[in-house]
Amino acid sequence: MANIIEIRNLHFRYDADSENPSPEILKGINLDIKKGEFVAVLGHNGSGKSTLAKHLNGILTATSGTVTVDGIDTSDETKLFELRQRAGMVFQNPDNQIVSSVVEEDVAFALENLGVPYEEMRQRVDEALKAVNMYEYRLHSPAQLSGGQKQRVAIAGIIAMRPKCIILDEPTAMLDPQGRKEVISAVRKMNREYEITIVLITHYMDEASKCDRVVVMDKGNIILDNIPEKVFSQVELLRKIGLDVPQVTELCYELKKAGLDISPEIISEEECVKALLKLLN
Amino acid sequence: MLKDITIGQYFPMNSVIHRLDPRFKIVITLIFIVMLFTGESFICLGISAVYTLIAVLLSRIKFKMFMKSIKPLMPFLLITAVLNLLFMGDGEVYFHWKFIKITSDGINVSVFMIIRIVLLIMGSSLLTYTTSPITLTDAVERLLSPLKRFKFPVHELAMMMSIALRFIPTLIEETDKIISAQKARGAEIDTGSITNRAKNMVSILIPLFISAFRRADELATAMECRCYNGGEGRTRLRQLKSKLRDYTALSVTILFFVCVILLNIFI
Repeated sequence: MANIIEIRNLHFRYDADSENPSPEILKGINLDIKKGEFVAVLGHNGSGKSTLAKHLNGILTATSGTVTVDGIDTSDETKLFELRQRAGMVFQNPDNQIVSSVVEEDVAFALENLGVPYEEMRQRVDEALKAVNMYEYRLHSPAQLSGGQKQRVAIAGIIAMRPKCIILDEPTAMLDPQGRKEVISAVRKMNREYEITIVLITHYMDEASKCDRVVVMDKGNIILDNIPEKVFSQVELLRKIGLDVPQVTELCYELKKAGLDISPEIISEEECVKALLKLLN
Repeated sequence: MLKDITIGQYFPMNSVIHRLDPRFKIVITLIFIVMLFTGESFICLGISAVYTLIAVLLSRIKFKMFMKSIKPLMPFLLITAVLNLLFMGDGEVYFHWKFIKITSDGINVSVFMIIRIVLLIMGSSLLTYTTSPITLTDAVERLLSPLKRFKFPVHELAMMMSIALRFIPTLIEETDKIISAQKARGAEIDTGSITNRAKNMVSILIPLFISAFRRADELATAMECRCYNGGEGRTRLRQLKSKLRDYTALSVTILFFVCVILLNIFI
């Protein structure tokens, strides 16, 4: 399948043109993401993962190298709105991205900006709210909602633009476990049912383990890029850069180290149970 | 503690007055205020009072609520009344002591002023009681939109206003958290001398300001990500459609206003 995101030799530093630019934050990133993929980007604080995310819809532009999203070069300012419509972004703090005091008006915000006529806007807003299961809250004030609900409203606000790709920058970092579950299942639904490409920036291993592909970043470089099973089997490397692995993977890793015959590429509990039962028999 | 604060004193209900187009409500309120101040006789005032009473009854908001909005203005009312009572010169003299004299005119004028101001407060409270702040902002934006031609930033002002309204609960919640955090560190906020308490307010305001600026920054980025580009070419989800009842309400108001003017001329 065709690539929706193509990053070629991306370097970035803040204030690159000034006298004292910041140290290089992204050091030559190359990354292709296919249409419809569900990719997790993992990394410790300061690994450059959020900076990378901000390049995908033109909030930041490359110091050198190119970023192309759905055929649009992100440094092309004339196509900025088109780019942002195709690549929506959801941020960490739900409170700081909700603009309106009424849920449905917030979902409509992007459409209002784009000048979508009323009839179509009404329909798209309702669809988006239904897609994240927030339709019955459409007339509520965001202040009355829980963190997970607010984040779903923020996602609906992006969905309403009908983007081809959604970038989520640690969308669950400020939520309780229930809220995390709601948000992740909403995101997965977007990917499965609406075939929207998802780039999920996270530091939760269990979220990453359920993606199609995991990209691990450290100090501005991509150090691992593979299916979750292969990535998480690199327990030593992940620990070295300050990341954990899912508990079941760690268990299998330790068992294997103790000399048992078990695959280190296990990331789900069911698989783990199966493998352990086989061992015991 | 701080959560009890309500801004704009909006009472969500579903009365006829609540359902009126907010643009009409603002215009009607303005006409009402002009009507109050053109009326020169007690008959005119009586007509305005009848009008106010009908509106209040239609809004189905408890009379007690209006008393609440009058209360804080009581001292002002009393001072106006007393000044008028003591220093209005003409008419039959009832009481005289040095430079103070109470006359029939004085009594008339002070009663007149009190009724006028009470009606004014009731009428304008009715607007904020029956219209949510966000709807009100929206209506003001639309009413002022002709000023855009003179480069007056109508949309920007309305956007600032609605964002401010949106963030009031968020910031109140945050203030609560900061207060608890500072109390846990031993700051005296509810106790201690006034100067000490004032000093300790700084320890609440600084974190609050810093966080507000950070929020503003993030919100601006989030708005840009959703293609915000100023008021140019924007469409709206909130549609305001004037209906028959809006025109009826406006006509009735104008009718009352005309009555007042006619009475002014002929009495």
